[in-house]
Formats: sequence, structure tokens, C-alpha cells
Amino acid sequence: MRESPLAGVHADAKRTDFGGWEMPVEFDSIRTEHAAVRNDAGKFDVSHMGQLTVTGPDALELTQRLTTNDVSALGPGHAQYSAITTADGVILDDTVVYRFPVGTDDDYLFIPNAGHDAEMTDRWREHREVWGLDATVENRTEAYAMVAVQGPESPALLAAATTVDVDGLDRFELARGEVVGVGSAAGVDTLVARTGYTGEDGFEILCPWDEAATVWTALDCQPCGLGARDTLRLEMGFLLSGEEFHPTEESRTPYEAGIGWTVALDTEFVGRDALVAAERDGPGERLVGLELTERGIARHGHEVRSPEGDTIGHVTSGTMSPTLGVPIALAYVPSGYAEPGIDLRVVVRGEPKNARTRATPFVSR
Amino acid sequence: MTFDVPADRRYLPSHEWVRDDADTVRIGITDFAQDELGDVVFVELPEAGEDIAAGEAFGVVESIKAVSDIYAPVSGTVTAVNDDLFDQPELVNDDPFGDGWMLDVEPTDESDFDDLLDAAAYRDQIE
Repeated sequence: MRESPLAGVHADAKRTDFGGWEMPVEFDSIRTEHAAVRNDAGKFDVSHMGQLTVTGPDALELTQRLTTNDVSALGPGHAQYSAITTADGVILDDTVVYRFPVGTDDDYLFIPNAGHDAEMTDRWREHREVWGLDATVENRTEAYAMVAVQGPESPALLAAATTVDVDGLDRFELARGEVVGVGSAAGVDTLVARTGYTGEDGFEILCPWDEAATVWTALDCQPCGLGARDTLRLEMGFLLSGEEFHPTEESRTPYEAGIGWTVALDTEFVGRDALVAAERDGPGERLVGLELTERGIARHGHEVRSPEGDTIGHVTSGTMSPTLGVPIALAYVPSGYAEPGIDLRVVVRGEPKNARTRATPFVSR
Repeated sequence: MTFDVPADRRYLPSHEWVRDDADTVRIGITDFAQDELGDVVFVELPEAGEDIAAGEAFGVVESIKAVSDIYAPVSGTVTAVNDDLFDQPELVNDDPFGDGWMLDVEPTDESDFDDLLDAAAYRDQIE
């Protein structure tokens, strides 16, 4: 099992295997951690996320042709959410592509999901060879640690600990600067991006592997685990790799998964032809938000039925929304059921429970 | 991390406790169980008058991250249900051996008790 450089810091947390990494699930309680992020600030060790750099004359072209969004639209110091698709237009992974600020050595960085770093490194290198492009692809997953600080208080918290002009950073913008450790003179070289996975304002901080503890302790707020990370992202309707999409067990186009806005059909990329057709025809099934109106929690794999009792789909993720106090879920259903306010059933441990489709994000932000 | 394991009751390896209160026994889940589950959000229990059977699931406790069956330590008839848990499921987290109790049961066979773990044996299992 792979271990984060912060493994010692979360030794007392409940931990789990996530994408081949031993990561903290819960430091205190999901409710406490979730509320800290919505109301104040919380920090997450996200060092399990992959980090790949792409450098060289053809770094842009290589990344453009392997992701769905328009990488050429990124100026230095900007980032974009994107999808990585097969030739059939099926989502292999979702990612954030960063173009480094001027003054850093690498041209692009992208963040595949936990455990996908080796596969994506191979994918980039193989296509580079096939296309005869000049770019260096490095898997830096175990060279960089990543700490996220999220929540309304996170800008002030981070501003007090970094040389980066935090207030000057827009959403999906990044800058290089130092994070100054508690009681230590030496700063840590970091990249600070105004990105996250919670729906709150916040930042993701990339730093050298061995300096992660300095960054972690410089941010004095509630430590949060993967449990709260999941409830926070679910309230926003954000996708989780392996749940809302998976190359074989949940093969979905970006249109089905509700991230069609990341697909720039006017660029050339693997999967484009299939997605041109998919966009023209419209998805037969869509990811929808559900609220259960009865006691019970819909979980991954639970069956979704029409009011007439026909099986029409399945749940991909579900939880009790800590913010709303009602059970929420994401599910794939035929597009005819995708409008908000449609009554459906979710079969929870053999018992059909009343549910209603609901617009996402569940929690407005 | 250390967990409460009161000596005045018996335990199932599946983390339920039972306490002998003269005519009835009281049943709940342990401190270890509530900690493993995390924030409890629903509890499903039988109603008063229903029978439960030793070793069989009688209810469900659902937390934000997991769902778990609750097993009966003894056989008998339910005489009371902790209705507070329907509105305040967090009582299971806050006070698993007290206000977070689940059922009172009139046991059909007192000897069921002898098959259960005492506090020391249960503590050995979770530590």
C-alpha cells in the first residue's frame, strides 16, 4: 500500500485503502469535518492524487489531444477541469490540467485520480510515440504532496501562511510562492491553486514530498478525511472516479455524466468523433440528483425504479447530506426521467423507498 | 484509542451488548461499534410485541458512511423500544451504553446469557 508523506500526521485517524493508498477517512467525525468546511475551514491530505508534468515543445499538443477541454485556452497560471476519454468517448478519468505560471520549469501539470498515475503516464508516453511528438512526461506523484484547504475562512488562513497573493488569485488560477512553517524560518516552495472538490472557496497546495508536514501544520484548522470529502463533493453533485464513471463497470460519456461542458468539440482529441455523435444524438441516460423522501440511504448499486415498478437505473453514490439533513444520491436514469421533481423509487436493502429527482448542486453555493 | 466496556453486561462478537434488568434485558450496540460506524443517521428497530431470535438480525443501524445489521444477543419478546432514536439517532454515538439503548426484551430463555462474552472477553476481541 502506498503511503502519503503525511502518514505520521494522520496516524490516529481512521484509515482506508483508497486507490492503493492508505488514507485517512475520519479524524473526528464526518459531521464535524463537513461543517468545518462549510462554515469555517478544513484541511485535507490529498497526496494520493496523481501528479504528472508534461514539458517540451509539444507539451500543449500532446495534452490537448488526450483531454476533452481546450488546453490552448489556458494562459500561464491557469487551470481547467477536463476529462480523459477513450476513442469511444468513454470517460477514463477526470482531471484538472494546470498550465504553470511563468518562471517554473514545467509547462503543464495534470492531476489524475488516485491510483491512475502509472496508467496515465503510459497513456501520454504511448501517444507521444505514436504521434511523434516532442514532450517529456514525468510521473511526479511521489515527488509532490498535495494539501487542500477549503472553506470560507481558507483565504484568510492561507494568506497568513504564504507569500502568494491569495486575494489576487481567481478561481482556477495558480501561483508559485512559499508557505512559511510554524516557528521555522525556512519557507517551503509551493504552487497554490484556487481549486477544490468541496464547492467552497479554497486552495490546493502542491509542495515537495518531504515538506508536506510543514504545509499541513502551517494551516491551523480542522483536519478532514475522505469521508467528509465524499459528503462535501456529493452535496455539489461532483463526480467520483469509480462511482459515477469507470472504464468498464460504469462506461459513460461526459454528456451522460453531466460534464459535457468540459468537451471542446472544436479541438482534436481521442474520443472526439464518438462525442460529436453523442452530442448530436443527446445522451440516452443521464446522471441525476435524487432526494429520498423516506428514511433510508441510497448506496452505490441500489436499483432505481419508476413509480410503475420498472427498473430504470441505478444509484452511483448516496449519503445523508449533513448540510440539508436529508438523504441524497446520484443515479443514472433514462433522460426522460432527468428533470427535477420526478417521483421515483430507490430499492434500499430490498425495500422500495420514495425518492424525487432534484437539481444539482444539492447545496447552492 | 480505548473504548468503554462496562462490566455490568454481556456482549456479542458482533458488538451488541445486553444488560440483565430483572424481568427484562436491555440491548444496544457498543462504544466500539458506534465508533466504527461513525455518525449514525437512522436506526430501524422492531416494534413492541414482536419477537427476536438470538443470533438473528433484528434491526439496522445506518451511518453516513456505512450500514450494519444489529443482532439479537438473546431470544424474546420486545417490551419497549427507544423511540428517541428515531429523532435523535446521534444518541447511539453520544451514549451507546445509556441513552442510546435500543430495545427492552423479555427473554424466553435465560440460559442464552451464558453463551455471551463477558466484558473481559469482549475487550480482548476489540483490542
